[in-house]
Amino acid sequence: MKTLWLMILGRLGLGLATLLAISVIIFSAIEMLPGDLAQEILGQSATPETVAAFRSELGLDRPALERYLDWAGGIATGDFGTSMASRRPISELIAARISNTLFLALYAAAISVPLALVLGLLAALYRNSVFDRLANVTALSSVSLPEFFLGYILIFVLAQSGLFPAVADVTAEMPLGDRLYAAFLPALTLTLVVTAHMMRMTRAAIINLLASPYIEMARLKGVPRGRVILCHALPNALAPIINVVAVNMAYLVTGVVVVEVVFVYPGLGQLLVDSVAKRDVSVVQAASLIFAAAYVLLNLAADVLATVSNPRLVHAR
Amino acid sequence: MNAPNPRAATTGMCARTALLTIEGLTIEARTGTGWSEIVHGVDLTLRRGEILGLIGESGAGKSTIGLAAMGHARDGCRISGGAIRFDGIELRTASEATRRALRGRRIAYVAQSAAASFNPAHRLIDQYAEAPVLHGVMRRAEAERDAAELYRRMRLPNPGEIGFRYPHQVSGGQLQRAMTAMAMACRPDLIIFDEPTTALDVTTQIEVLSAIRDIVRRFDTAAIYITHDLAVVAQMADRIKVLLKGREVEEAPTRRMLAAPREAYTKSLWAVRSFVRAPRPAPAPRATPVISVERVSAAYGRTPVLEDVSFDIHRGQTVAVVGESGSGKSTTARVITGLLPPSAGAVRLDGEVLAPRHGARPRQALRRVQMIYQSADTALNPKQRIREILGWPVQLYCGLKGKAREARVRALLEMIELDPDRYIDRLPGELSGGQKQRIGIARALAAEPDFIICDEVTSALDQLVAEGILRLLDRLQRELDLAYMFITHDIATVRAIADEVVVMQAGRVVEKGPKDAVFTPPHDPYTALLLASVPEMDPGWLTRVLAARDRAQP
Repeated sequence: MKTLWLMILGRLGLGLATLLAISVIIFSAIEMLPGDLAQEILGQSATPETVAAFRSELGLDRPALERYLDWAGGIATGDFGTSMASRRPISELIAARISNTLFLALYAAAISVPLALVLGLLAALYRNSVFDRLANVTALSSVSLPEFFLGYILIFVLAQSGLFPAVADVTAEMPLGDRLYAAFLPALTLTLVVTAHMMRMTRAAIINLLASPYIEMARLKGVPRGRVILCHALPNALAPIINVVAVNMAYLVTGVVVVEVVFVYPGLGQLLVDSVAKRDVSVVQAASLIFAAAYVLLNLAADVLATVSNPRLVHAR
Repeated sequence: MNAPNPRAATTGMCARTALLTIEGLTIEARTGTGWSEIVHGVDLTLRRGEILGLIGESGAGKSTIGLAAMGHARDGCRISGGAIRFDGIELRTASEATRRALRGRRIAYVAQSAAASFNPAHRLIDQYAEAPVLHGVMRRAEAERDAAELYRRMRLPNPGEIGFRYPHQVSGGQLQRAMTAMAMACRPDLIIFDEPTTALDVTTQIEVLSAIRDIVRRFDTAAIYITHDLAVVAQMADRIKVLLKGREVEEAPTRRMLAAPREAYTKSLWAVRSFVRAPRPAPAPRATPVISVERVSAAYGRTPVLEDVSFDIHRGQTVAVVGESGSGKSTTARVITGLLPPSAGAVRLDGEVLAPRHGARPRQALRRVQMIYQSADTALNPKQRIREILGWPVQLYCGLKGKAREARVRALLEMIELDPDRYIDRLPGELSGGQKQRIGIARALAAEPDFIICDEVTSALDQLVAEGILRLLDRLQRELDLAYMFITHDIATVRAIADEVVVMQAGRVVEKGPKDAVFTPPHDPYTALLLASVPEMDPGWLTRVLAARDRAQP
């Protein structure tokens, strides 16, 4: 167990280093954007004096390194700075948005992960059957369509008929049931996008193991087919499945941008798009960093879970 | 002396009725275009409590028939004809549920590789208890107690505790015994043993064999014992059935079969171990050895694996390195080839110290030391044709290109007795196991080496094929004055081909010297154990060895 904790600590350290590197990349990428930010925000009619005053107010006249250290130091203490456009603290702007985005991601994950695992297991159990092919074809078609298109199809089918709202307008005060109802279509869209990948990995990982001697042994012990897949193949297939689930969960957090825009969902993606349009770079920086952190954390979690699922790594010889 | 009790004799007779009858069994395997028959009408009868040995080379259909006795065919195979009756139940027509109820409960299976056949995700006890609990024979707590009892009978260390370990925490020989205990869990009427000791060292094999034999006798279980090793089957079986390419060659009680085989094929199997190469003259006393391993120690990470290993190999000589798995044989080879730099000591080639790392050695030094691997299947690139497999080292080491390279590849194929016109454009997948190993030899020869490491080169091959490879290596050694380091755990091979023997145990050399000296008493205790563990054809061998050990350690 001690080695496991050491591993988790090591990975956390690496994750932090990765985030540091990403923060540098994000910061320099935005530095390299053409045009003057103060000019963009104030508009063409601003006098050079106003622009200069605004620049010094924003601190844009200071050297880049100094501004980076300021920014990174602020984030380390939980201060993301102030929005250039609305002049409000970014943490305040983001707080509500982030919980909305996480809510949608969890909602979609709660549907898609069990669905994908069950479908994948059934497809492996009844492989090459009509069910297997149908599940594969459906999943692949849904993943092949762009998500905004899927979103519009769902709006056309399920919102035009009045079953579900086309605009997923959720507020913090809404009761949970209403929120789930309001966010159903974006969650369903995301589910359709991520299920195929996880389902096919589950199916492939299990089928890959079915030729193993220990699977044959289980059959020759008189273990029924379903139990062979569930108790003998699945525990050994967990590592690849966990990794794919983690990548898709990360996508649910970071890839929602388009879906949030389609359904006008007040999440972090929507904020990111708005801020890009408004040239509000400090918000863009903060949102990008949060997305990166989600990726890093979920991959870390996948690594740890995959390790824990493998007795060879947990129980030393 | 009492007169035999007539009633006991009759019940004895009744109990010995047929348990398993197989008639006219045919099995087909899927090919690219359809189905082709691989077992052609085999009959088999097994009485209660009887052990039948099934022997034959690979491809004889032993395992396929063994599995068919459970009503099971592997993926890509199907039972296409004949009858399989187990205790009055026709397995071919029985429902899947009926067969499942029999499997594990009344017919159990012990696989060749216990390490691969235990599920790595579950503890031994969970896997032991699965069948009894599933079949409703015992509850979990009873199964756990029973497991400890059977583990004790199988002479496993810490029988009460070992079940709570994961497979990777238990050694191969112990796993094989745990698997036999697992097969015994429901006290089945029949156990199929599919080469249960093939993957084990001789010293471990003897323990597993005796444990299996005791437990099978104790519970009066019938068994089909599948193996390619005659000496092993002689210890275990009441009757032996010899198979060749899916057909029965002959069947007889063990003693009669060993003493007087009828068929020519059986006689040839019995005679394989007859190859003995002519001894080479001993090297001159002052001669510089081709390879000299000097006080080498090595470690994987912090785990030491070699300690102070020294031996010399002279031109034209074969040095056999023997020992159990984990004794450091292959690690020594890795140090010689530069794949594992030693932590102390050095390797000399013709008296010159070789760089510890492979990458730091000049190409001429690399050229002179070559290697042939145990598994030709995985040592040859499946996507390359023979022309490329052999052409590449010819070009790399000898600088030949175009026509000269082609001519050299053809010459190499002739040296290994394969017709260049037929084989040069083939892929490894289009060759038999023995032919693949010959290509492995040719690839080593392509570099025109002085010294070749042969790492268990015959252990994956059938005995007749293996003998062909040994004869080929012997001829090449005579013609090219090659030095071989022959890594093996097969003492019979060592007796046949070695000039000198190095015995290794736990990373150390325990004994070395000319073959006759090492094989003549007095031995080092470990060498003695190793030699005494090699099964002999005599059916009384196992009993005798065990009795001798009991006398030595009361």
